[in-house]
Amino acid sequence: MQKQNKLATFEEAVLPHLDAAYNLAHWLTRNDTDAEDVVQEAYLRAFKFFGGFHGADGRSWLLAIVRNTCYTWMQHNRSPELSVPLDDELHEIESKDLNPEALLVQRADTLMVRQALEELPVEFREVLVLRELEEMSYRDIASITDLPLGTVMSRLARGRKRLQQALTNHMHAEVLS
Amino acid sequence: MSCQRAQELIHGYVDGELDLVRSLEVEEHIHGCEICARAYRSQTTLRSSLKGDSLYYRAPEKLQKRIQSSLRKEAKSEVSKRAFDRRWLTVGASLAFMLLIGVVVWRLVPRSIRPSGDELLAQEIVSDHVRSLQLENHRIDVISEDPHTVKPWFDGKLDFAPPVKDFSSQDFSLLGGRLEYLNNRTVAALVYGRRKHFINLFIWPSEQAGATGEMTTQRQGYNLIHWTSSGMNYWAISDLNSVELHEFAHLVQQGQ
Repeated sequence: MQKQNKLATFEEAVLPHLDAAYNLAHWLTRNDTDAEDVVQEAYLRAFKFFGGFHGADGRSWLLAIVRNTCYTWMQHNRSPELSVPLDDELHEIESKDLNPEALLVQRADTLMVRQALEELPVEFREVLVLRELEEMSYRDIASITDLPLGTVMSRLARGRKRLQQALTNHMHAEVLS
Repeated sequence: MSCQRAQELIHGYVDGELDLVRSLEVEEHIHGCEICARAYRSQTTLRSSLKGDSLYYRAPEKLQKRIQSSLRKEAKSEVSKRAFDRRWLTVGASLAFMLLIGVVVWRLVPRSIRPSGDELLAQEIVSDHVRSLQLENHRIDVISEDPHTVKPWFDGKLDFAPPVKDFSSQDFSLLGGRLEYLNNRTVAALVYGRRKHFINLFIWPSEQAGATGEMTTQRQGYNLIHWTSSGMNYWAISDLNSVELHEFAHLVQQGQ
């Protein structure tokens, strides 16, 4: 009876967020099979620790577990991705350079955007995915990534900047070819 | 608001994370500043290029089934593990409870029922006594009525010198002595006769220096008297009535 209760409650609270879990896992692992494995493992972990879940937001709770599972998984299965150097302040807030490219970005197609986002360092990718695709608040992103709010904001700003630049470069390459 | 500040806040503005006052300030600035307005537009453009379903990875249907079945398996193993734990807990609790009961009973049971060291020793003495009666000569290794013969006989056979006295004048005559193994050591056994009764008197050094009073018990029809004095344990056993055996015990104690 207890088993039925726990499983039923868990499925009701957490299973609806399967797409969100898979989306995040896919963007972090950049691979179908890996994403599936990670999500399954994350669900099992979540189920084990479901006793500790008392909040109302099952999605944030699950995504934090998915993220941790991804990172653990990547540590075991891949060479660590290059982390962002601390002096990554190059070209920061230089609006004049950006503006002409805005129009180019507008014409970028989905495939290009996907590729550009995939190529971003994982630290920027995850906050962008949570913000743009999951439409989560800064506060939720901070709790999922276990980062201070200010770091979330600056990573978002820098991630967008890099994404814009990447898209512009793609467009330029396209125009030239 | 400076352009620098405005562009710092643009992300928060685009994301709807600014409070109302800030939000209005940024909006006002954008309206009056072409550069920041462009920066704003480039952000909204970028955002719109990320919007839409096309970038969102939906979980394949089989994944949900896979997860559900693995969850079911996990739930089942959790339950059986809990049941297993509970079973062992029950076993452990029962054992602890039984132990507790045992201790309580042990404490509550009167001392007389509990076999003590003395009880076991008395049993051993009765057995020795009975065995000695079954044998010819009542197993007397040194047959003599003379204490000066019996006492030296023990020399070199024991690590102590038992007091040997004859009480023939009181009608308890010394018949002899032998070695006996009792209480995990070799002890002296003196045999006395009274009419047709035999008395075995076992003697060995006591660990306690002091004297204790006589303790009388009855076992299998035999009377036993035990006392300690002058650093020696004494056990007298006989089928003699307890009054006469006491008389004997007093003689032994006085005779030392």
